[in-house]
Amino acid sequence: MIEVVNLNKSFGDLHVLKDINITIHKGEKVVVIGPSGSGKSTFLRCLNCMEDPTSGSILFHGVDLTDMKVDINLHRQKMGMVFQHFNLFNNKTVLENITLAPEYIAKKQMRKLKLRRKSYGAEIKSAKQIKEETKANAMELLERVGLSDKAEAYPSQLSGGQKQRVAIVRSLAMQPEVMLFDEPTSALDPEMVGEVLEVMKDLAKSGMTMVVVTHEMGFAREVADRVLFMDDGRILEEGTPDAIFNHPQNDRLKEFLSKVL
Amino acid sequence: MRAAKRIWIMDNFGQRVEKFISLFQGNSADAYISDILTGLQNTVKIAVLGLIIGIIIGTLIAAVRVMPKYKRLPRVLNAICGVYVGFFRGTPMVVQLLLFYYVALPLLDINASSVAVAITVFGMNSGAYISEIMRGGIMSVDPGQMEGGRSVGLSFGTTMMKIVIPQAVKNIIPTLGNEFITLVKETSVVSFVGATDLYVAFRKIGTSTYEFMVPYLVMALIYIVLVLLITALIKLVERRLRKSDRGR
Repeated sequence: MIEVVNLNKSFGDLHVLKDINITIHKGEKVVVIGPSGSGKSTFLRCLNCMEDPTSGSILFHGVDLTDMKVDINLHRQKMGMVFQHFNLFNNKTVLENITLAPEYIAKKQMRKLKLRRKSYGAEIKSAKQIKEETKANAMELLERVGLSDKAEAYPSQLSGGQKQRVAIVRSLAMQPEVMLFDEPTSALDPEMVGEVLEVMKDLAKSGMTMVVVTHEMGFAREVADRVLFMDDGRILEEGTPDAIFNHPQNDRLKEFLSKVL
Repeated sequence: MRAAKRIWIMDNFGQRVEKFISLFQGNSADAYISDILTGLQNTVKIAVLGLIIGIIIGTLIAAVRVMPKYKRLPRVLNAICGVYVGFFRGTPMVVQLLLFYYVALPLLDINASSVAVAITVFGMNSGAYISEIMRGGIMSVDPGQMEGGRSVGLSFGTTMMKIVIPQAVKNIIPTLGNEFITLVKETSVVSFVGATDLYVAFRKIGTSTYEFMVPYLVMALIYIVLVLLITALIKLVERRLRKSDRGR
């Protein structure tokens, strides 16, 4: 589904990612671990071009996302992203946070259809219909993460764990094909880590394709199909959780595991 | 001697005030009053419409200036905006007014009232200043807000309009209030192109009675009252916009 070819990224003179090649298949759960500054977050952010790669290409369903002519917004709708610092829209309520993008994009599509005067069999919906549908969908998702009572609250009134769950729902509302998690629990109080990981585990069980950058080794062991160990801008070792955690080959990985486990 | 002089001055001042008040009881009272009202109306009109045009222009320019500049179009737009802001901040408002009224209008063969010209120039001028205020406001919003919007597939423009600018505006209301007050006071330069504002109305009273002291004092009072009203208004707007903040 996602194919990364010879990905390089530099920030000025700092060469952060060095010739990364990897393929992520549909339904696969890939967990990326590694020390701080190893380039794991940058790698993840390159996958949906949140950072523009310096060279190389990211193929998503065969389309090169690094190509300037490609409408990146269209493809990002299919790639959800969850950030370390949540990045919820502070000026919107929880419900508005979730419905804003799906509603806006659906309305835009309807306008386009009407403009062409040919719907090609597609159903024309009114703005009100779209609004109701996205709202119902959002409430259902909120219910799933146990936050339906917070629909009218503003992000500033939520705890960190609640914010992160809302952020996950916001991405899910776009019905993405893959979810990217950038250290989703690193900014949370220890007590709140569990509730967010629980939501992520549920998501994994539902068959979502996931790429997760995390320091939660327990989560990696339990959920991952494949674990990547990154250091110094390279993928030094990859394999099943069992191979990585119980039979590490690379010296740098052994040293890393001895410190974190 | 000194005391006598002081008494004379006070007496004299009292007479001048009486004379000023009597202006509004005499035959030409209506003319004076309508002059002042026209002046007041024009001052408010130029300042308010100028501010609205300024906010629109300023927001557009600020959005262009913070655009990512990988492609060619944003770079070209950015250069144009740079020249625009450079011109309007680099020349005095009076010069811009004169250029517009005596150079641009005849060249383009447009007939426009001096008040319309004043509104346009005030709008364009404040647009240049507000663009920098707005840019500061946009940069004060956490970059994560933009990333959050982009991550769900919204375009740069949509995220800017729906997420970043509403938050930026909240942060810059006090500075925007400053700009509004400056505009109100700066309307006194429109007399250069023959528009009647508060200053022109009171100058007229002065020249027809050979007595400037009291008219100009009253004029200053009216300006102060105007500014106090605006200050109250800004506070009201600010409180309304703080809705989504912590601990309301």
